[in-house]
Amino acid sequence: MKILVAVKRVADPDNLNKIKLSAQGKVDTTGLEPKASPYDDYALETALRLTENGTNTKARLGEVVVVTFGPKEAEQMLRAMLGTGADRAIRIDATDDVLDGDLVARGLKGIVDKEKPDLVLLGYQQAESESNEVGQMLAEYLGWPQATFAGRITTTDDKVLLVERETDGATAHVKVTLPAVVTVIDKIVKPKSVQSKHTPTTHNYADGVRFAALMAIMAAKKKPLAEQKLADLAPDATLKVRYANAELPPKRAAGVKVKDVKELVTKLKTEAKVV
Amino acid sequence: MAGTLVIAELEGGKSRSTTFSAIAFAKQVGGSFAILAIGPGAANAAKDLAGFGAAKVIAVDDPAVKDYVVERFAPTVAKIVKDGGFDTVAVTASSFGKDLAPRLAAKLGAGYAPDINAVTVDGGKRLYRRPTYAGNALSWLEIATPIQIVSVRQTEFPAATASGGASPVETGAYAGPDAAASQVEFVKVEVGKSERPDLGEARVVVSGGRSLKEQFKQVLEPLADALGAAVGASRAACDAGYAAPELQVGQTGRTVAPQLYVAVGISGAIQHIAGMKGSKVIVAINKDPDAPIFQISDYGLVQDLFVAVPELVKELKAQS
Repeated sequence: MKILVAVKRVADPDNLNKIKLSAQGKVDTTGLEPKASPYDDYALETALRLTENGTNTKARLGEVVVVTFGPKEAEQMLRAMLGTGADRAIRIDATDDVLDGDLVARGLKGIVDKEKPDLVLLGYQQAESESNEVGQMLAEYLGWPQATFAGRITTTDDKVLLVERETDGATAHVKVTLPAVVTVIDKIVKPKSVQSKHTPTTHNYADGVRFAALMAIMAAKKKPLAEQKLADLAPDATLKVRYANAELPPKRAAGVKVKDVKELVTKLKTEAKVV
Repeated sequence: MAGTLVIAELEGGKSRSTTFSAIAFAKQVGGSFAILAIGPGAANAAKDLAGFGAAKVIAVDDPAVKDYVVERFAPTVAKIVKDGGFDTVAVTASSFGKDLAPRLAAKLGAGYAPDINAVTVDGGKRLYRRPTYAGNALSWLEIATPIQIVSVRQTEFPAATASGGASPVETGAYAGPDAAASQVEFVKVEVGKSERPDLGEARVVVSGGRSLKEQFKQVLEPLADALGAAVGASRAACDAGYAAPELQVGQTGRTVAPQLYVAVGISGAIQHIAGMKGSKVIVAINKDPDAPIFQISDYGLVQDLFVAVPELVKELKAQS
């Protein structure tokens, strides 16, 4: 199986409460360490699990290509992903200010047309804009089926995925014939969440994503990393949405500490009047 | 006619309450609006939706849309938008709306504003506001296409109430599937069984963290019963298997904004706070006085939860 994983470099998702506003009213993430958006790391882990026997992860049984839209600096993230196990990387040279989700989807369609993967995997949303849109738009542009919010994927052959979609309060099971677009949530990296036909059903993965071994990081320096121009992939660079200014939400002030349960209940009744 | 088309979210032949928030959006931007109910029981749901002041309610019920599969729903929605000349489409910011809206946007060449929590109209120019950066910023955006699609957050658009009157109900035609529908087979849906109110709709939410361990239910359920609350959980509690995954509140789980949110043994990770900081009153119970949750809580109780929660249940009963 050949899998394309679309990834995005974002400001440290664990410290987003430290963002500021610039004088122009734009979000300023200066000082926050750039990282891969966590759901994209999960998408890569999913791709690796689908293209290997979990008991022998060194032997790759498919091809995993990671692709990002970003400046030159984003190549550091791609190199790290090559170290983790991806075979090739593509960087589409573009910065966030010239992109919207729709143009990213159209650019990805350009990549898919060239690479012809069986499956495109994405995090269900990226950690900064949290738009949750690129996978669905890409599926429409490709005329492919989509399975969003995937929390579990099983395969019995390389043509069909059984996907468990986590929706509000329910799990929808769908059988998707490839090629398809799938977006993943955090649950996908649990020990039993990806059950590929290559891996014995008794196998338990470690919880979470894998980390690159030092040797693999060294070897990744030799793996191919190509650059592409956005204009070659999506000639029409017109954006459909434009972000204006941002504001910081009103801070919730810390309230009072109550001394015991009795005081808490009294305050909830007489002051907050919510019970 | 120009105007807004609201896509109702149906469940068991009825509108989910998310639908009423999308209607509230349509009323707020003004102009005429219509409502589309698509799926099983659409005709019945449409009758209920006829009392909200819509110019009309369109019902599409067809064997092909018996189960939700976007590749079967989206083409019909797109055709109704085009045929009706609507310039705005409002969906619910739920799993349903978020799955459907971007595909619909790409189909219609429309711009999409996801998860909006406010809208302003200034001289015909509409600006939408939405939470970004795990709720640490509110970003304003503008859509540059003739058709605008939005998904409306239930927590910030209070549900519209029926205003009386009877909108005409029309039967809409199923427009056929996307070609890709042949690649999707709906197998089944498992609904998390709960006697409690839905997390997104509850007036009170009681949430627990990992420190509850195997006693998650044993400790929290009496408190939820005493308060008539829905039960939520932190990601850590869900990941550890102490709580069912559908209970997760936070960036990757549900977004809630109840009148009262009680956080029990939850430290207050950014991703959790992103899902509950819109709550009106927040109570935190945690034995660690430095837990970040206290920084956003109205009332904090520093105490071992295994002592405090049973006592709280008793006290709520005593003072009722």
